[in-house]
Amino acid sequence: MKINDVILKTVTRIVAFIILTFGVELFLSGHNNPGGGFIGGLVLSSAFVLLYLVNDIDTVRMGIPFDFKKIAAIGVFLAVGSGVGSVLFGEHFLTQAFGHFDLPVFGVTELSTVIVFEAGVALTVVGVVVTIILTISEDV
Amino acid sequence: MLTITLSIFIPFLAAIFIPFIYKRIQSRHIGWFVIIVPIALFIFLASFIPSIANGSTYMHSIRWIESAKIHFTTYLDGLSLIFGLLITGVGSLVILYSIYYLSERESLGRFYVYLLLFMGAMLGVVLSDNLMVLYVFWELTSISSFLLIAFWYHRKKSRYGAQKSMLITVSGGIGMLAGFIMLQTMTGSFSVREIVATIGQYTDEPLFLVALLLVLLGAFTKSAQFPFHIWLPDAMEAPTPVSAYLHSATMVKAGIYLVARFTPIFGGEAVWLYIVSGVGIFTLLLGSLNAVKQTDLKALLAYSTISQLGLVMSLFGLGSVALHHGYSTDSVIYTQATFAALFHLVNHSTFKGALFMVVGIVDHELGTRDIRRLGGLIAFMPVTFTIALIGSFSMAGLPPFNGFLSKEMFFEALVNARNLEIFATGTIGTLVLIIAWIASVFTFVYSMIIVFQTFFGEFHPERVEKPINEASKGMLVAPSVLAILVVIIFFFPNLIGNYLLRPAMTAIYPTFANAENLTPHIKAWHGLNTALWMTIGVIVLGTILYRFMRYWKGVYSIAPFNWNLDTAFNSSLSWLENGSHYLTRLYMKGYLKDYLVYIFVFFVVAVGGSILFTGSYSFDFSDDSSIAVNEFLIVLSMAGAALSMLFVKSRMTAIILNGVLGYSIALLFVIFRAPDLALTQTVVETVTTALFLLCFYFLPEWKKERSARKTKIFNGIIAILAGTIVTVLGLTVQGNKLFESISVYFEDAYRLAGGKNIVNTILGDFRAFDTMLEVVVLFIAGIGVFTLIKLKSKKEGQDIEDQ
Repeated sequence: MKINDVILKTVTRIVAFIILTFGVELFLSGHNNPGGGFIGGLVLSSAFVLLYLVNDIDTVRMGIPFDFKKIAAIGVFLAVGSGVGSVLFGEHFLTQAFGHFDLPVFGVTELSTVIVFEAGVALTVVGVVVTIILTISEDV
Repeated sequence: MLTITLSIFIPFLAAIFIPFIYKRIQSRHIGWFVIIVPIALFIFLASFIPSIANGSTYMHSIRWIESAKIHFTTYLDGLSLIFGLLITGVGSLVILYSIYYLSERESLGRFYVYLLLFMGAMLGVVLSDNLMVLYVFWELTSISSFLLIAFWYHRKKSRYGAQKSMLITVSGGIGMLAGFIMLQTMTGSFSVREIVATIGQYTDEPLFLVALLLVLLGAFTKSAQFPFHIWLPDAMEAPTPVSAYLHSATMVKAGIYLVARFTPIFGGEAVWLYIVSGVGIFTLLLGSLNAVKQTDLKALLAYSTISQLGLVMSLFGLGSVALHHGYSTDSVIYTQATFAALFHLVNHSTFKGALFMVVGIVDHELGTRDIRRLGGLIAFMPVTFTIALIGSFSMAGLPPFNGFLSKEMFFEALVNARNLEIFATGTIGTLVLIIAWIASVFTFVYSMIIVFQTFFGEFHPERVEKPINEASKGMLVAPSVLAILVVIIFFFPNLIGNYLLRPAMTAIYPTFANAENLTPHIKAWHGLNTALWMTIGVIVLGTILYRFMRYWKGVYSIAPFNWNLDTAFNSSLSWLENGSHYLTRLYMKGYLKDYLVYIFVFFVVAVGGSILFTGSYSFDFSDDSSIAVNEFLIVLSMAGAALSMLFVKSRMTAIILNGVLGYSIALLFVIFRAPDLALTQTVVETVTTALFLLCFYFLPEWKKERSARKTKIFNGIIAILAGTIVTVLGLTVQGNKLFESISVYFEDAYRLAGGKNIVNTILGDFRAFDTMLEVVVLFIAGIGVFTLIKLKSKKEGQDIEDQ
């Protein structure tokens, strides 16, 4: 895939960061507002897909040297592992807990173990979507 | 005791870390790290011997699936302790042996991962109290043994043996699962202890007998009893340490464990006695007859294992008679059979383990284990010879080795069984006694073959593949330990009797008050009784038969000893393969169109049929809110887009129209105030459209399909039916309410899960199991796409084929 489009390339440089930030924001705010691991992961991966579409694969790989298959695997591991964690405390599989903490910069913040689970979901989504798109496009 | 539960998981945990350690460590054999696990577990389990001998048992339960009454319950009593000690003890020795046996060029990381998996699964089998947990571990032993047998997977025979053993043991296991479920439906419990306590009330249930037979099916397939014994000789393709471990000391004994464990449940039944003893005795005879004609030392040991397992099995069957009569001085005499079974179990693990290792040494040093090519090794391998001598003579039942003691008890138990009144007359009992005696003669013969044909006679250096040497010292340690145990047990049998076997006896006879009576005092000299005369007869006739073997061995080629069960297995397997090929070709046409037809026809029949059948196609519009104009417009444009998709000429337009559908749904979500769904829908639509466009360039020409009028009409009917049913379904769901809405639960989300976003708390807190599995499915799909596209062109598959 080689598209030589100056405008697209320039815009993507800025837009990609906006999308990535938005993805992280969606992921973090998920518990109380629209968002969450799945959507956050999808938005993040759409940013990556955009980068891959505009630049060629090797260029992006230099900037983001991750193996997205591994990221997906880590995601699944986190999601399942967070369930096992509650078993160790004598609770049912996948029981989540939450609490309110007074943190220095953020003030009183709600922290929940769901965040680990959601992070696993997000990483899996990012890993799988990017892997699929990369494999299909590389195959050509 | 949580520690017992943990001890099951320690091998699994270790198995996870082995690949990482294996990569780091090059200078040392990885086995030295693995061996720590069984040794530690052995010491840990051994520390329970005194308290278990005093009659205590240990139980620990972790809640697991409460709604199905499945708890992760571990239970340590005398019976599980014996098996636990065998698994970890023989396991340590086998790993020690394997360190010298397997060279570092083999993929050792893989080997030890499988071995640890197996060890954990085996511990799980013997320590679980819950039947479902036991079943899970049971099948895990089948799977890990499959992996171990197929360790040299480039050999065709290894793959065949692995497949055969897995097919037979797993199918038996599934039958056993059905039996377990029947037990649960009768007694209402999955716990072995609870079932043992209440089973007396259920013996008249019609399911009781079926459950008994199914459980026995599992036990017989695992323990290679007739007619399921055919997998064990083929499993000998595994590396010798695996054979020594799985096929003599542990896995094949899982079936025996099961029979022992279930004796208090089913033992009082005459059917149990007949089947367990009958099959056991027959297997004993068949195995010993077949062992004599083998020319491969390992195959000989395989058949001898089959026959010895049959012996132990038949003893457990005889011992169960005591439960039929209940506790009395008359019935206690029958419990001696069970005692002999347990004793022989331990003895068999020691001498057979040592013999397997000896055969492994011969194979390792000479490159062959064919008896016809061996001979005269005594001059070169004195230590190996000594071990082989001890092992074989113990197997033949000669003093001063432990096999003599348990063999004598076996004969005594059979002599006692002749007086049973369950047997119609004494004739069957006498017949059994004669069969057992004949089998013992042949056991004597093949034991002599191992020693004399391998180590005596003339040595032909041109027949073996390597120059001859005594095995390295390290390799001799493990079999020597076992051989020394063989002798020690002979001189101090009552140590084992009192500390290990007595608590196991109380586990098998929980209703028998006095454990002291159940434990006979084992004596090497027990008077000049029938049993001893039988042994003398075995030695005399065995020696004669062995001396003149070349005159009568021709009988094997005439007599139908080859029962052709292997042929039956192979032909049924290939019949199954061909049948399923034929069936698959019937419906796998390779046209996407056909598959869609299958799916939709099934949908129409199943869903439409059930709607019609239950008569639930009633609609109730009274509660519905009014439709706003903008909603109406969106739905109208969606319908328009869907319809026009049928008639467009270019693919690009079709993709865009598809996008219209997706984004309109997102818009509807916005209107109905579901921002989460709208967001997801938008992003998904965007990403899929991007994917579509990515492939777009490479897709072939868009062609209108021309099909016959009949197909067109048929497709039209299916389309209309499917559409109608979806619509009816939607309206029906909306109109009917069978259950109370569970939304109240979710409205409490902020208090219960601390999240204001209900959708998100449902996904992450309330129904996280769904989400987790979805993630797993997504991952599997991704891997699937990757492998289908990336790995298609590699043609390495050819290299590892048939050798």
